[in-house]
Amino acid sequence: MSTPLKFYQVGSFAVGNRLLAEEQLSEQSRPGRTNSLTSGHRACQGCGEALGARYALDAAMAATDGKIVAVNATGCLEVFSTPYPETSWRLPWLHSLFGNAAAVATGVSAALRAQGKTDIRVIAQGGDGGTVDIGFGPLSGMFERNDDVLYICYDNEAYMNTGVQRSGATPPAARTNTTHAVGANPGASFSQGKNLPVIAMAHGIPYVATATVADLHDLEEKVKKAMTFRGARYLHILVPCPLGWGSRSEETIQLARLAKESGLFPVFEAEYGEVTETKPIRRLVKVDEYLKPQKRFAHLFGPKAHPEQLIAIQAIADRNIAKYKLVNEATQLPADQEVSRG
Amino acid sequence: MDKPFAITLNIGSSLANHTGSWRNERPVYVNRLPPCNDACPAGEDVQGWLYEGEAANYEQAWRNLVRDNPLPAIMGRICYHPCQTACNRAQVDEAVGINSVERFLGDEAIKQGWQFKITAPATGKKILIVGSGPSGLSAAYHLAMRGHTVTIRESAAAAGGMMRYGIPAYRLPREVLDAEISRIVNMGVTIECNAKVESAEAALAEGFDAVFLAIGAHLGKRAFIPAGDTARILDAVSVLHMTADGQPPMLGRRVVVYGGGNTALDAARTARRLGAYEAIVVYRRTQEKMPAHEIELKEALDEGIIMRWLSTVSRVDEGKVTIEKMALDEKGFPQPTGEFEDLDADSVILALGQEVDLSVIEGMKEIKVEDGVIEVDEYLMTGRIGLFAGGDAVPGERTATNAIGHGKQAARAIDSWLQGEKFVHALRPELASFDKLNTWYYSDAPKTVRPKLDAARRASNFSEVVQGLDAETAVFEARRCLSCGNCFGCDNCFGVCPDNAVIKLEGGKYEINLDYCKGCGICANECPCGAIDMELERS
Ligand SMILES: Cc1cc2nc3c(=O)[nH]c(=O)nc-3n(C[C@H](O)[C@H](O)[C@H](O)COP(=O)(O)OP(=O)(O)OC[C@H]3O[C@@H](n4cnc5c(N)ncnc54)[C@H](O)[C@@H]3O)c2cc1C
Ligand SMILES: Cc1ncc(C[n+]2csc(CCOP(=O)(O)OP(=O)(O)O)c2C)c(N)n1
Ligand code: SF4
Ligand code: SF4
Ligand code: SF4
Ligand code: SF4
Ligand SMILES: [Mg+2]
Repeated sequence: MSTPLKFYQVGSFAVGNRLLAEEQLSEQSRPGRTNSLTSGHRACQGCGEALGARYALDAAMAATDGKIVAVNATGCLEVFSTPYPETSWRLPWLHSLFGNAAAVATGVSAALRAQGKTDIRVIAQGGDGGTVDIGFGPLSGMFERNDDVLYICYDNEAYMNTGVQRSGATPPAARTNTTHAVGANPGASFSQGKNLPVIAMAHGIPYVATATVADLHDLEEKVKKAMTFRGARYLHILVPCPLGWGSRSEETIQLARLAKESGLFPVFEAEYGEVTETKPIRRLVKVDEYLKPQKRFAHLFGPKAHPEQLIAIQAIADRNIAKYKLVNEATQLPADQEVSRG
Repeated sequence: MDKPFAITLNIGSSLANHTGSWRNERPVYVNRLPPCNDACPAGEDVQGWLYEGEAANYEQAWRNLVRDNPLPAIMGRICYHPCQTACNRAQVDEAVGINSVERFLGDEAIKQGWQFKITAPATGKKILIVGSGPSGLSAAYHLAMRGHTVTIRESAAAAGGMMRYGIPAYRLPREVLDAEISRIVNMGVTIECNAKVESAEAALAEGFDAVFLAIGAHLGKRAFIPAGDTARILDAVSVLHMTADGQPPMLGRRVVVYGGGNTALDAARTARRLGAYEAIVVYRRTQEKMPAHEIELKEALDEGIIMRWLSTVSRVDEGKVTIEKMALDEKGFPQPTGEFEDLDADSVILALGQEVDLSVIEGMKEIKVEDGVIEVDEYLMTGRIGLFAGGDAVPGERTATNAIGHGKQAARAIDSWLQGEKFVHALRPELASFDKLNTWYYSDAPKTVRPKLDAARRASNFSEVVQGLDAETAVFEARRCLSCGNCFGCDNCFGVCPDNAVIKLEGGKYEINLDYCKGCGICANECPCGAIDMELERS
């Protein structure tokens, strides 16, 4: 056939397809992918962080011809991948402390520059605790100096490695081991939150993006795009954690998808402080659909629930939808929901 | 080994750590039964041939299709496609246009001259088939494929049964019918026309190892209707038969057809094409109760056929019919109202169903006949050993597709019986129902609608009404298939495993690496088509 035919069966949502041309394949669909984080790691069954890290680093390896050095903050990703003397990493990888990944990465980047090896690119990575809380000072400095590092935060919304304690990225009402589901306002408080993608944008750095493990193509494109910039870049990936969220291990991707489709986790890109693109919601759902399968939100449902908490969470989603114009003409709405289309 | 400062152990890979031991459940690749396959009366592996169609491997797609149904160009035109009614995609947007792709493949095969290849060695067994309708032709094909010598005897002047003498040419062009019949003849099947079989018993005595009765149902049912001497009353099967023979009867300018099945609609549409400017179908019940298929009713209405629901014909005279209006009782049955109306009509065509001509089994006491059809067992054998029957002559739905299915079943049963065995059905896998799918991964795309000839132009001649797909739209349509219950190589399982425990092999196959699979179930959850099952580990 002369004209290349579009593939209508699964569009671009699945990982690959037997009918796609070689150049159209995602990194993850290639049998020869790097597998930056290889088998045998000790992450829990269905760990979103293990998946997100492989997605992101494999894409970075592909974008740079395998010239990546990764610096890891302390956290699950570091602990489950490197119980001494074993390692799951198939790329140069350093670990120093919980709070200094951005600073160490800055140092690695400077050292490479000093040696004239600017073709070797540096990635720093950590959990939400290591990023929005303890590592925030070095990270802000890295942004402010515009150091040539891509920082990736794997956000599972709590300190999981030490047994699920609340972090600055823990969502309101979530039960953690430091925010029990007791009292008038059970779970984590409805505070201002700490929206690091937006804080990163405020630094005016070249590239900021959010992504989830539910949309591989989007995630890979963002990593590859990030590698086209020099200077400080920030990628924030939502990675569900079955242990900390009290969800079933097979639901990891499903939950990431619902976080985005409910509007609670807006997926967007920004360059030099301005939002350049948002991923519209395809099939809008109420926040309940996302919250219900997670035991950390169990107290929002049932006879003893505090209905105002659910309403407040829906309001957060609605605010995101309005702010980022997440609903467009193509969005399928639930039967009983009215939303103004952006 | 010389180790750097403070290093005491050799560096190792985590591959040494077999996390498969954590597993409670293991993913298993399965093939579930797609609803389309389940619904096809001819037993087609619809998903299986669409799979090849998706890759534009048309010949392979056609070969997969004709494993079950040797008449795809015909069925692609006249099948009422229960497969599409069952199709899971209908719950996403619109059912896959299975029937139009089938027709495309059938037409492509005719264009390219693809032929059947018999691979089975000759068995030396001789089988007689009585009747060359879809059930007879299908049985002939499946028996020939198994190496048997097949003779068909047909009382009419040409082969095809109701496909030639019932279904009008504007729905099934005769070149298509001829092409698919001659492909079966090319296999070495003998078709003797103008050769009515008077007695099945005598035929068996001729030395055939088995006989298959595929005689259909050709006698138009009669109803007593008071009529004047000069009233012109015909039956639909004869009208269609004569038209197919090139000797259409005189019907006049205004025609009333009595009945509510497809035959009634075909007769009315044929009357229009023969010059009647008014064709009224009189039916005693309502549109919802009408046995004719929705698509055909729509096409008939488009052509200007007029429907009179809840009416019966109570008298026919020259130039007019008297109809009585009916009303539904509380049980939903039509009851006479005593209210009459006269309609102008030059002729009345009765389309009240067909009966089987049972003369061929006359005197054969061991054969049971009930409600005018021949009783058969689950192997389609009649009460007479070695005599099988199928199609319209036995109980069941009277469609060409069902007849083709019967032909296949009879062939398998006869083949096993000749070897002194009973045919054993393969175990039916679990149905790939809609809840087994993860429809997130399918993008939306409406069905390609087969272009239709302008209705006005259509009503005046016998050229084909529904036009086919071209290569590009056919592949588009095939790719709308969700591949229910069967892997279609989307790489999702390979991509989504947090433990890299899925291995991608050559040729669209995958394997689980049980050394590392932790049994999380993400692969099964994210498989779009439900081709992975999680099974409990035994120990
Ligand atoms: C007007 C009309 C329209 C239809 N439209 C459709 C449609 O769109 N789609 C669909 O699926 N089905 C349709 N049908 C139904 C379909 O045609 C029949 O169900 C199907 O043809 C039955 O196949 P068969 O092989 O059992 O019998 P038939 O097709 O009836 O063939 C039986 C053959 O046996 C021959 N025969 C009978 N007795 C003897 C004998 N003693 N010796 C030798 N030969 C003999 C007959 O001459 C005939 O050729 C339609 C039927 C009619 C009447
Ligand atoms: C200075 C310091 N304080 C505390 C710890 C203990 N500690 C190790 S990992 C971790 C939590 C990590 O949470 P997060 O960064 O969100 O990563 P996750 O494990 O959730 O992926 C903590 C508190 C430490 N290693 N160093
Ligand atoms: S606790 Fe959560 S983040 Fe840590 S390994 Fe388990 S699933 Fe992954
Ligand atoms: S989507 Fe495909 S496999 Fe599923 S029922 Fe329809 S045609 Fe069959
Ligand atoms: S996703 Fe991987 S670990 Fe999970 S069940 Fe499937 S193969 Fe096993
Ligand atoms: S996920 Fe895709 S590749 Fe894996 S079994 Fe299902 S259809 Fe096949
Ligand atoms: Mg965390």
